[in-house]
Amino acid sequence: MGRSHRHEFDAVIVGSGGAGLYAALEASRVRGNRTAVISKLLPIRSHTGAAQGGIGAALGNLEEDQPQWHAFDTVKGGDYLVDQQAASILADDAVQAVYDLERRGLPFSRIEDGKIDQRRFGGHTRNFGEAAVRRSCYAADRTGHMILQTLYQQCIKNEVAFFDEFHLIDILFEGRKCTGVVALELATGDIHVIHAKAVLIATGGFGRMYRTTSNAYANTGDGLAVLLRRGVPLEDMEFFQFHPTGIRGMGILITEGVRGEGGILRNRAGDRFMERYAPTLLDLAPRDMVARAMTMEIQAGRGILGDPAVDDYLYLDATHLGREVLEKKLPDIADFCRTYLSLDPAENAIPVQPTAHYGMGGIPTDLDGRVVATGSGGLYEGLYAAGECACVSVHGANRLGTNSLVDLIVFGRRAGRHMADFVRQADFGAIPDDALAMQDVLARANKKPHDAHAEKIRTSMKTIMMDKVGIYRTGKALDEAVQELRGLRHEVAEVGVGDTSRSYNNDLLELLELQNLLDLSLITAASAAQRQESRGAHAREDFSERDDDAYLHHTLTWLDGGSVRFGKKSVDLSIWEPKPRVY
Amino acid sequence: MNIVLRIKRYNPETDEAARFQDFTIAAEPADRLLDCLMLIKRTMDGTLSFRKSCAHGVCGSDAMTINGVERLACKTLVQDVAEEEGAVVTVEPLRSLPVQRDLMVDYTRFFEAYRVVKPFLFPVAKVEEGENIQAPEVRKKFDDPTKCILCASCQSACPVIVEGKDFLGPAAIVQAARFVFDSRDEGIAPRLDVLGAPNGAEACEGHFECTRVCPRGIKVTKNINLTKRAVKQFKEKDD
Ligand SMILES: Cc1cc2nc3c(=O)[nH]c(=O)nc-3n(C[C@H](O)[C@H](O)[C@H](O)COP(=O)(O)OP(=O)(O)OC[C@H]3O[C@@H](n4cnc5c(N)ncnc54)[C@H](O)[C@@H]3O)c2cc1C
Ligand code: SF4
Ligand code: FES
Repeated sequence: MGRSHRHEFDAVIVGSGGAGLYAALEASRVRGNRTAVISKLLPIRSHTGAAQGGIGAALGNLEEDQPQWHAFDTVKGGDYLVDQQAASILADDAVQAVYDLERRGLPFSRIEDGKIDQRRFGGHTRNFGEAAVRRSCYAADRTGHMILQTLYQQCIKNEVAFFDEFHLIDILFEGRKCTGVVALELATGDIHVIHAKAVLIATGGFGRMYRTTSNAYANTGDGLAVLLRRGVPLEDMEFFQFHPTGIRGMGILITEGVRGEGGILRNRAGDRFMERYAPTLLDLAPRDMVARAMTMEIQAGRGILGDPAVDDYLYLDATHLGREVLEKKLPDIADFCRTYLSLDPAENAIPVQPTAHYGMGGIPTDLDGRVVATGSGGLYEGLYAAGECACVSVHGANRLGTNSLVDLIVFGRRAGRHMADFVRQADFGAIPDDALAMQDVLARANKKPHDAHAEKIRTSMKTIMMDKVGIYRTGKALDEAVQELRGLRHEVAEVGVGDTSRSYNNDLLELLELQNLLDLSLITAASAAQRQESRGAHAREDFSERDDDAYLHHTLTWLDGGSVRFGKKSVDLSIWEPKPRVY
Repeated sequence: MNIVLRIKRYNPETDEAARFQDFTIAAEPADRLLDCLMLIKRTMDGTLSFRKSCAHGVCGSDAMTINGVERLACKTLVQDVAEEEGAVVTVEPLRSLPVQRDLMVDYTRFFEAYRVVKPFLFPVAKVEEGENIQAPEVRKKFDDPTKCILCASCQSACPVIVEGKDFLGPAAIVQAARFVFDSRDEGIAPRLDVLGAPNGAEACEGHFECTRVCPRGIKVTKNINLTKRAVKQFKEKDD
């Protein structure tokens, strides 16, 4: 193993996606604050850049819209597991967030009068559910790319300090006070201990635990797993969203924006089957409902192949939109179809299957991004989280499309601001004695014999998650998944790294990522097993109804060695009373 | 079908010089070349090094030279580069950028050039409330360069750079063009020293190789030519 280095910063941000970069911009606004961003990818490679369809905000540029409608849709979309004040902040601040991005140069698509264009998206409605509303602000179908570029540009302008290709491996605590992070420098294999008054985790999603996913290779949930091992709880991990329209077999995302522009899902008979499942919103019902409807169609033998025993699929029909609209509003989607399916979406329907997309759960935080330690709301000091890895919670049991990008900007900003103020009056804590504990772990990994075992474990994990912790779940399958994942966690501890080089040892990083995914898979399966109801994206065949009496609370999960421990956290229901969820 | 990936290998810790290594694998015509590289890495040789992330052509991590042409491995299907059973596909790192290990190259200088063009908005107007107004036709003028993912394919393919001449590079100018033609930005003025320098836009010799390889379909040369013209007009106006 390499040498070790020490650094000192007031604030350290881990992750350079939309959430991390926005927080960095806020934190670096305060003169005298020394802020550093570390990221395992070059910043502009972050998965925020893959977001396609848009960012939701009630600008009302094309028709009447109001933030409170947006907030209500968010709460209902999340099947009432959303914290309602958080949802109100999300919807209120979204408007300013979009204007702010626009003024910083984001090239939104425009309407004739020169204002930002807006399109329809799933679950976003006018007047508390009357009909679909045009709320999603977009830049063609590369909205995330433009957000990431714009924020990175602003960070360059503000001379934010970046540590690119530094991989977070540990987070340091003195009791409940966070005192820094430990990272592995990819280029040298050296270990860096970064002493800090405050740390913000923005490491993004963890969809790579599933076989079919829209997520990047880098989405391995490192920040969550590292915190979990340091005794920090995670919230609502049983809720994982499947996006209805992934390219068949590959999982590459086809944005909901296609349906927002008028695209229709069809079964083998050519029927618009969503008419039977969501008569008002049809194809623009929330994702959990559409993904379930697709599964039902396939189970009933109405998939395109007509055989539920095989990996069947359905069609997303956008042919009636015409080539001009497709090329203008959805050019990347058209390009993906040509590249990966040799198909022209103006001529042929797109073969789609649900794809694992977004973790609603994550690191529990308060409204300022401060990490929560207990069910009663006790906080860590100097520890923040924002973005997909965090759980505020504004997505509850099911996220609405366009709300993640809003989450990044609104809560990335709030967390960054709070952190900037905090470090001005805070002191440095002590670096604990075991700060370099991970160095030994890495050194050991390099001594074990290497074979293709890691890949076998990875494949098993992805298959278990897909088959047993997927769209529909049963107690029996979940219990099996928990047992099997426990076994895989033992097995992975014995896997060695074949690559003994110090610099650019990706083999070692992939093993660390696999270990992280296994811990999160276990937590996800175990959380799903204990929630004996169906809510949002968590659909239990053996408990098919929502059960507000027993389960209208957030799940907190701790990992103590190999065993999973649960706690509860109450849901903020201060604005709207839970109602049955029909669309 | 079976294909052979002939991969250029180099590990500065152990190798004196770069060498080619063949890997024979079973692949489907519709597999991505990135899938093939992952298969090798995860089941045959864990030391094989390359960058990757999104796996669908939007993050810019895995630009490399495939059968002599710059491409993203995740946006190249086996059928695009291997026609028959046993076909050999040659995979090398990008040209002109220093090799770090195997297919990984050092982007430090590439991003330095990016920074130099000041790739951020210099607002012409301070908007107090709401948004800037920009008509769709005006927005369209700089749509093309907004697609750039900074993959460096164009940089690698540029004959001017391959010959070692002093040139800022196509990607940096594309990034500048994204602002120069944005009605909300001050345009050339804050970037004149860089774009108008001898190694700026005018150093482009118009080979069109960048345009040919750009995985985002950006008309790179056209953007450079438009920038050249804008610099010229700006200088004339200033005289
Ligand atoms: C294909 C696709 C399309 C989407 N479209 C939309 C959309 O239209 N609208 C919407 O609202 N949402 C959309 N989403 C969801 C949304 O894009 C993501 O949830 C969001 O971008 C996540 O942002 P983030 O900043 O939290 O994380 P990311 O952008 O994923 O960034 C994570 C960062 O953490 C770093 N990191 C990770 N691990 C480590 C480590 N160990 N050490 C150091 N650094 C680390 C990475 O390098 C990266 O910089 C989409 C998602 C996908 C996959
Ligand atoms: S212009 Fe094209 S080839 Fe050049 S860096 Fe940008 S995306 Fe890559
Ligand atoms: S992996 Fe992102 S462009 Fe290929």
